[in-house]
Amino acid sequence: MPPVLNRRDLFRGAALTGGGLALSAWMPAWAQPVSAGIVKPLPTVTGNDITLKIAHQMMMIDGRASHAIGINGTVPAPLIRLRQGQTARLSVINDLDEDSSIHWHGLLVPFQFDGVPGISFPGIKPKSTFVYEFPIVQAGTYWYHSHSGLQEQMGHYGPIVIDPAGEDPIKSDREHVIVLSDHSQMHPHAIFRKLKQVGGGYFNYQRQTLAGLMAKEDQPLKDRLDWGKMRMDPTDVSDVTGSTYTYLVNGHGPRDNWTALFRPGERVRLRFVNASAMTTFNVRIPGLKLTVVQADGLDVRPVEVDEFQIAVAETYDIIVTPTDDRAYTLIGESVDRSGMARATLAPREGMAAEVPALRKRPLADMKDMGMGEMDMGGMQGMDASGGSTMAGMDHAAMGHDMPTGAAAAGGMAGMDMGSGASMPTTDKTPGGSMARMPGMGAPAGDAMAGMAMGEMGGMNMRDGSKAPQVKMGPGVQTISPMPMDRTGEPGQGLEDVGHRVLVYRDLMAVDRNPDVRAPDRAMEIHLTGNMERYMWSFDGVKLSDKREPIPFLENERVRVTLVNDTMMSHPIHLHGHFFELVTGHGEYSPRKHTVNVAPGGKVSFDVTANAIGDWAFHCHMLYHMHAGMMRVVSVRPRGEAA
Amino acid sequence: MKALLLLISVAPLALAAPANAQSMQNMPGMNMPAAKAPPKKKPAAKPATPVKRKTAAKPAAKPTPAKRGAPVAQPKAAAHDMSGMGAMPGMDMSGTAGSKASPKPDPHAGHDMSSMPGMTMPDTAGGTMNHDMPGMNMPAGGTGQPMEHDMSSMPGMSMDGQMAGHGAGGTSLAPGNAPAPAAPSDHYADRIYQNGAMVDSRSMLHNEHGASTSSMILFNLAEYQVRNGRDGYRWDGEAWFGKDLDRLTIKSEGEGVLGGRNGTFMETAEIQALYSRALDPYWNLQAGVRYDFKPNPSRTYATIGIEGVAPYWFETEAALFLSNKGEVLGRIEGYYDQRITQRLILQPRVELNLSAQDVPETRIGAGISNAEFGLRLRYEVRREFAPYIGVSYDRKLGKTADYARADGEGVKATSFVIGVRTWF
Repeated sequence: MPPVLNRRDLFRGAALTGGGLALSAWMPAWAQPVSAGIVKPLPTVTGNDITLKIAHQMMMIDGRASHAIGINGTVPAPLIRLRQGQTARLSVINDLDEDSSIHWHGLLVPFQFDGVPGISFPGIKPKSTFVYEFPIVQAGTYWYHSHSGLQEQMGHYGPIVIDPAGEDPIKSDREHVIVLSDHSQMHPHAIFRKLKQVGGGYFNYQRQTLAGLMAKEDQPLKDRLDWGKMRMDPTDVSDVTGSTYTYLVNGHGPRDNWTALFRPGERVRLRFVNASAMTTFNVRIPGLKLTVVQADGLDVRPVEVDEFQIAVAETYDIIVTPTDDRAYTLIGESVDRSGMARATLAPREGMAAEVPALRKRPLADMKDMGMGEMDMGGMQGMDASGGSTMAGMDHAAMGHDMPTGAAAAGGMAGMDMGSGASMPTTDKTPGGSMARMPGMGAPAGDAMAGMAMGEMGGMNMRDGSKAPQVKMGPGVQTISPMPMDRTGEPGQGLEDVGHRVLVYRDLMAVDRNPDVRAPDRAMEIHLTGNMERYMWSFDGVKLSDKREPIPFLENERVRVTLVNDTMMSHPIHLHGHFFELVTGHGEYSPRKHTVNVAPGGKVSFDVTANAIGDWAFHCHMLYHMHAGMMRVVSVRPRGEAA
Repeated sequence: MKALLLLISVAPLALAAPANAQSMQNMPGMNMPAAKAPPKKKPAAKPATPVKRKTAAKPAAKPTPAKRGAPVAQPKAAAHDMSGMGAMPGMDMSGTAGSKASPKPDPHAGHDMSSMPGMTMPDTAGGTMNHDMPGMNMPAGGTGQPMEHDMSSMPGMSMDGQMAGHGAGGTSLAPGNAPAPAAPSDHYADRIYQNGAMVDSRSMLHNEHGASTSSMILFNLAEYQVRNGRDGYRWDGEAWFGKDLDRLTIKSEGEGVLGGRNGTFMETAEIQALYSRALDPYWNLQAGVRYDFKPNPSRTYATIGIEGVAPYWFETEAALFLSNKGEVLGRIEGYYDQRITQRLILQPRVELNLSAQDVPETRIGAGISNAEFGLRLRYEVRREFAPYIGVSYDRKLGKTADYARADGEGVKATSFVIGVRTWF
């Protein structure tokens, strides 16, 4: 057993069988339907030889029994704790009546062990065993899940923690793994069927209504008509919502009150994994500052925030230092505010703190439709990264005489951001956000205002010429006319929460990027979809259309720009690689395995294709992927004939 | 601008007191997160020890001396002076410039940021700004273009601390224009899992990612109609089965009379079997056959039409019917679901039937033969199950009305309806 485990009371009571089944794993909570608090760390498996058994089981959530697929009898699946430098041998037994698989999300493994049936291996047949064996070359927080069918929604997911070979540069006195997920009593195939039948409105009980209009809530009439004309629903933030989901922390519902213990004054490391099928969470712990120290398993320079958004499949490690001898509520609010995951940080078992009410759900705006800055009264649009954002705008695609844009397109020559702009004497937005800077806002805002784009109808929302490679068809509802780099903006609904929110641009790698070459080439991939038909695709092409893979050469470095032509956010995951976000940090760009592309936004990353093989590349919204939002990326040795 | 000047004038102070330096993150325009990411100083001209992780761990670190170093090391070759920058951890233009990591000499090394307020990058400085100022992320197209920035507005330009020591390479570099490789035609997994071991799973992979088949049965109307004289019933439903683009669609509608003067009988009843093909995001083209059981004598029609969602969310349907006797009929219908609350929904609905000619046999006249306007209020107990009440006004028009009068029937009828909208 790695010595690192000894000092962590996290593992108190866990089944450390050194590789056997952690059968003591799941302790039913049915004795306490609505619990005062469940202090039960995740069961853990560790060592060089680990056995995982996938099987149907029941689980208790908020006192209610629910069918699930778990591993070793537990949902989430056991925490797999490894050490950098070891070789892991993982024997996976599929006890289901259907094929299954495990994908090690974020682990760099030989491609044949990546665990995607049909791409990297044939899958694990019912009642059979597959042995994964690979060296552990990295450290950090990761996770694993099924890549077969919709099993992930049913509980087939679990966390992985890899301790560094040497000393962990991130110091903490104690740590807890926090796996966020969504669970429904509905079978995932039934959920998908509803989405196919009636589109995004089925699970949404926060739509705009006549009653709301008369109460002067939400959009005014004119906006509603404008949006109705475009057949777009601004309340369509999450496809599947709290109307069917219970949001879980480590497999426990909000009323179970899963509790993480601490001693006042300790530095507590929280390893967050969003293992949801469809839910983006906004995470906060009222009363505590959250210091982000790791993203997607790799260390980042500490950033102190009050709240962060975690997209599906992302991980963030957070340090908190609670000094008071009291309980704190940990909230993972779903992005559409239809429900929350809730847990408690407390010095002792059985404590609870106030659970704040759900905040008002956000409404999508024109920027979420890729219409750029038209709705900005002030400078909101330039949020947090004036210059960068502008650079990120697709100037070429803008058929408008926009002073700032024109200047930028021309190499920024002659750019005058308005020297007369007055600077505010105070900036209420803490670090990182240039957004609310009147200094910039004034001129740029005027420029925008002068664009006469106020009329939404005046902009073609489906102009294929803006995305020549997109196969225009019934699956492509819109093409963002003016997608923007939104990596400097808080996530949807977090623009005005009144405290500091993590944005991608805050992330900066601790270690210099391993490859700092300029990209050999650039390419663009459009994230496309149609909410009405519930079709999702890349460049208008579904995986089922059987197109050729997206080709890369070995060690080729490519700048990939993902353009979101939809009004939903899409967490895009590239298997087998980390990529560097192009967010202005040069050789210290944050490296991620999954990046969330905001509605109507775009994100660029540089990737070095250094892992030979075929790799899955997909949206990690499970039903988006299931609808076709997935492609194969091929990485081939140079000189190998295509 | 004033604030900026202020900031600069304060710089020396900040230098002297590292604690103050941190407060700079609260600077109006600059917003440098000195506290959050103590700019790990550029390894470059670093007199200080660049122990990155350590620095990162303690936010209070004073990056200042490092930055200072860079400009000093640069003999104003480019006629710029960075020294004023010393106190601006967030900006660190020097870092990139002086970085040893930078593969090539940077013409921008050491801009005089002290004069930021009015800063103008001379043409001569030209070149690619994105090498020096990764935080600005100038578009690739800017490479090599003369820079004539009036940097007076610099604060607005993402100097938000992102400039803090990140080296000149990596994602700051503009991409080249190498050609994309050709896509391989083989599957790499076949090399490891041989003899066709991948075939089944690959097929399943495709089927499970975009090729699913679904189906739906919807009765928009299934109601009892209460009206003067003779109560009736009515249905209007549709079912489909298929994939995203191609579907088999079955439609049926009809109505009848319950216990009227002539007893209970079915007035009209039809069924359509259509192939439906998605035309665009909202509309389907539908073609197939329609068979009328009632009225007698029955007819069979070849059918072509469209169905979809019109702007403003109108569910719309329009079809042409060519009968086996050569008659041409048409139909347009549409409805709109107005949510009053999340579950209470008002559905105005209209249906027009048209004919290109008189068909005395079935008592249909040329033109608009009849029109129906409905208003139904439903409550969605579940999305799939919604009881409703409402009114329906039906009017025969033109020659059709004449036929009706001749037959001694009424030409208009108002009904109160009660029914259930259901689907599964």
